[in-house]
Amino acid sequence: MKFEHKQLANGLEVIGEVNPDARSVAVGFLVRTGSRDETPDVNGVSHFLEHMVFKGTPRRSALDVNREFDEIGARYNAFTSEENTVFWGAVLPEYLPRLVDLMTDMLRPSLRGDDFDVEKKVILEEISMYQDQPMWSAYEGGMRAHFGVHPLGNSVLGSNESVGGLSCDQMRSYFDRRYVSGNMLVAVAGNVDWARFCELISSPVGAWPAGPPARAVAAAPGSGDVRVIPNHKIKQEHVVLMSSAPAAESHDRFAADVLTTAVGDGAGSRLFWELVDPGLAESAEMEYHEFNGAGMFMTYLCCEPDDAVANADRILKLYREVNTNNITDSELKQVKNKAAARIVLRSERPMGRLMPLGFNWLYRREYRTVDDDLQSLMSVTRDDVARVLAAHPLDRVTTVAVGPLETLSVETLRR
Amino acid sequence: MTEFFHHTFGNGLTLVAEKMGGVRSAAFTLLIPAGAAQDPPGRGGVATMLVDLIFRGAGDRDSRQIMTDLDNLGLQRGEGVETVHTSLFAAVLADNLLPALELYADIVQRPHLPADEVDAVRALALQELQSIDDEPRQKIFIELRKRHYPYPFSRPTVGLSEVIESATHAELAEQHARGFRPTGAILGVAGDIDWPKLLDGVDRLFGGWAAGVSMPIEKGARGSRVDHIAQDAAQTQIGIAFNTVPYRHSEYFNAQGAVTVLSGGSSSRLFSEVREKRGLCYAVFATYHSLYDTGAVICYAGTTNERAQETLDVTMGEIRRLATTVEPAEVARAQAGLKASLIMQGESTSARSAAVAADWYHLGRVRSLSEMQAAIDSLSPKSIMDHLDRHPPSDFTIVTLGPKALEVGQPNN
Repeated sequence: MKFEHKQLANGLEVIGEVNPDARSVAVGFLVRTGSRDETPDVNGVSHFLEHMVFKGTPRRSALDVNREFDEIGARYNAFTSEENTVFWGAVLPEYLPRLVDLMTDMLRPSLRGDDFDVEKKVILEEISMYQDQPMWSAYEGGMRAHFGVHPLGNSVLGSNESVGGLSCDQMRSYFDRRYVSGNMLVAVAGNVDWARFCELISSPVGAWPAGPPARAVAAAPGSGDVRVIPNHKIKQEHVVLMSSAPAAESHDRFAADVLTTAVGDGAGSRLFWELVDPGLAESAEMEYHEFNGAGMFMTYLCCEPDDAVANADRILKLYREVNTNNITDSELKQVKNKAAARIVLRSERPMGRLMPLGFNWLYRREYRTVDDDLQSLMSVTRDDVARVLAAHPLDRVTTVAVGPLETLSVETLRR
Repeated sequence: MTEFFHHTFGNGLTLVAEKMGGVRSAAFTLLIPAGAAQDPPGRGGVATMLVDLIFRGAGDRDSRQIMTDLDNLGLQRGEGVETVHTSLFAAVLADNLLPALELYADIVQRPHLPADEVDAVRALALQELQSIDDEPRQKIFIELRKRHYPYPFSRPTVGLSEVIESATHAELAEQHARGFRPTGAILGVAGDIDWPKLLDGVDRLFGGWAAGVSMPIEKGARGSRVDHIAQDAAQTQIGIAFNTVPYRHSEYFNAQGAVTVLSGGSSSRLFSEVREKRGLCYAVFATYHSLYDTGAVICYAGTTNERAQETLDVTMGEIRRLATTVEPAEVARAQAGLKASLIMQGESTSARSAAVAADWYHLGRVRSLSEMQAAIDSLSPKSIMDHLDRHPPSDFTIVTLGPKALEVGQPNN
């Protein structure tokens, strides 16, 4: 594997990890823009715009875009998060030129009014679909409660009202500000001839307007609130507990990962033995989310409503125990073995390498091989984990419950 | 280059393996012929409880030791009950393949099945059922299959709450003794493997597994063809199933080609007509699914309640139109998509371990990449149209879930 990097005159960076043994090649266009970059009146525009990028250009109709992806047998999709909008495609190497032509054209979309109107209906359907998914409601409610007025609390999808009221002109102006070369990154991974790829990509993306990366990053400590969103249509209680964690720029993210796996992995973790193995909860898992200038530990609990309070109590007691006594040496060893295998397994395919490659550059301007990540993981010590716990105690949680309960009075939440 | 190997042991277990280049991992999928269909009559749910219980201690390890040892091997796993199999899957770095199989030999053949953990297993299985009730998108598929396939293939793999509530330890132990047998079991392995070592290892670990009698499956009745389930929700879920040829049929690739024209990519008919042109929904698709001797196309659409009728009508219209015309450009796109999937699947040890095991079950052999590529290359509008002429979409089952029933008419007339 070989790392390549090039910066074009307009400021756009292009990076690659070349693996001649791969059978496919994956290309990603990463835009540093998401719901945290939106004002309330255009909440949801980043995600809506992601859809509109597939709706055609002066050279292509929306149906042409779909058809051409299918003609080259591409696996492709896009996603929008709180802070990134990512478009990716993977093809057999012989189709790379057509993929590049299609995706570079697509990223200068026409944003036609009639397409905008049809797609708005699809977005409103997507919002309705997620409303029927309690885990999602709990996540969104949790983000809003935890981050409060900080823009990381913005909904990615937006609401029926914000999306319903959005105009095509508002979207065009958002596009002009955010989809500029200094705010975007092109990444390629897999079986690719780097020199040839640079030839293919430079002329279309070199013409994209220059512009700086723009995002105000303020501290995001988290509110510590407790909120209940009653929903009597569902039977289980879905609870999220959110607390602060190392930011994406911090080297402590490896220790945070180790801590998260030891405490809250889907199997074999503290939460698993405390809650899932004895059948007290269907799910009790912890994740680590990293953002620009902020981080978050998130625990998701799903159980019978009658058990929700006792289970949240168990979780907080467990977190205080970890705050005080740290994870054990044998947990540290077990987690490293588990996480190391995960890193290697997910890296076997170009599609699995593309996102780590792109995000390492986007957030930290660094190239990391699979072995670099293994090295960083293996060198995490209990002291590193203790440092994370001291800076980010696990029990300082914001709690949001979605389900049949009307109130959530967790004893241990009152400090 | 890939190479295939297989061996059937005296006790009936078949080991089937694919050696892959350019990977550092290996994965295995063990299919044991003890799925939802083989649960005792009226006792659907025993298999789903058993697959949890077998991990709670086995051989000379207790529950915690098993989990610790699995983690220390860096093993990624998944297990579950399917229609006619209990499936156990794991992926590891290649050096850890045999140590992982050693653990699974205990888990499968010598589980402790602790009586005092049955209530925990029961609680988890019941909570899973509740969660499915809370997720209409999951529920619709269970309800559709329940009505489309004949009993016992129709049984929900997650079990029935009344059975899970009443299942006893003795019943689970009996199901293990009866159902967890090598007769007809398939161990699919793919990745960076050394065949002679693997064969030796599997012989040592599973060769002594005592054969059993295969559990008979007697086909029964089908559920209602058209049904509505009332549920208060923001969206209406629409499930449509119809019959086609099974995976082992000589026309399988034409059937797959037809489904791909209908719903392969975003230029396919369902996505274009239902979502892109009309904006009726976010999710609409059709997939191919095969039992041993029958295939089915399963279609899904989820949409807000006011637009559900139009979504159903447009979707049914597209399914019916499929049999009337297929364009050359559509077939070319389907071919490109199917070929790319094949080759990209060839980069994943996990996907290949499942594929070789499934091939063995359906065909008694493994379809090579070149054989599948040739079959895809030979598709044409005529071959697909001729296939649809001989095997038109038939035996429709339509199930909707939401606040209001839709006008479905008589789909099978």
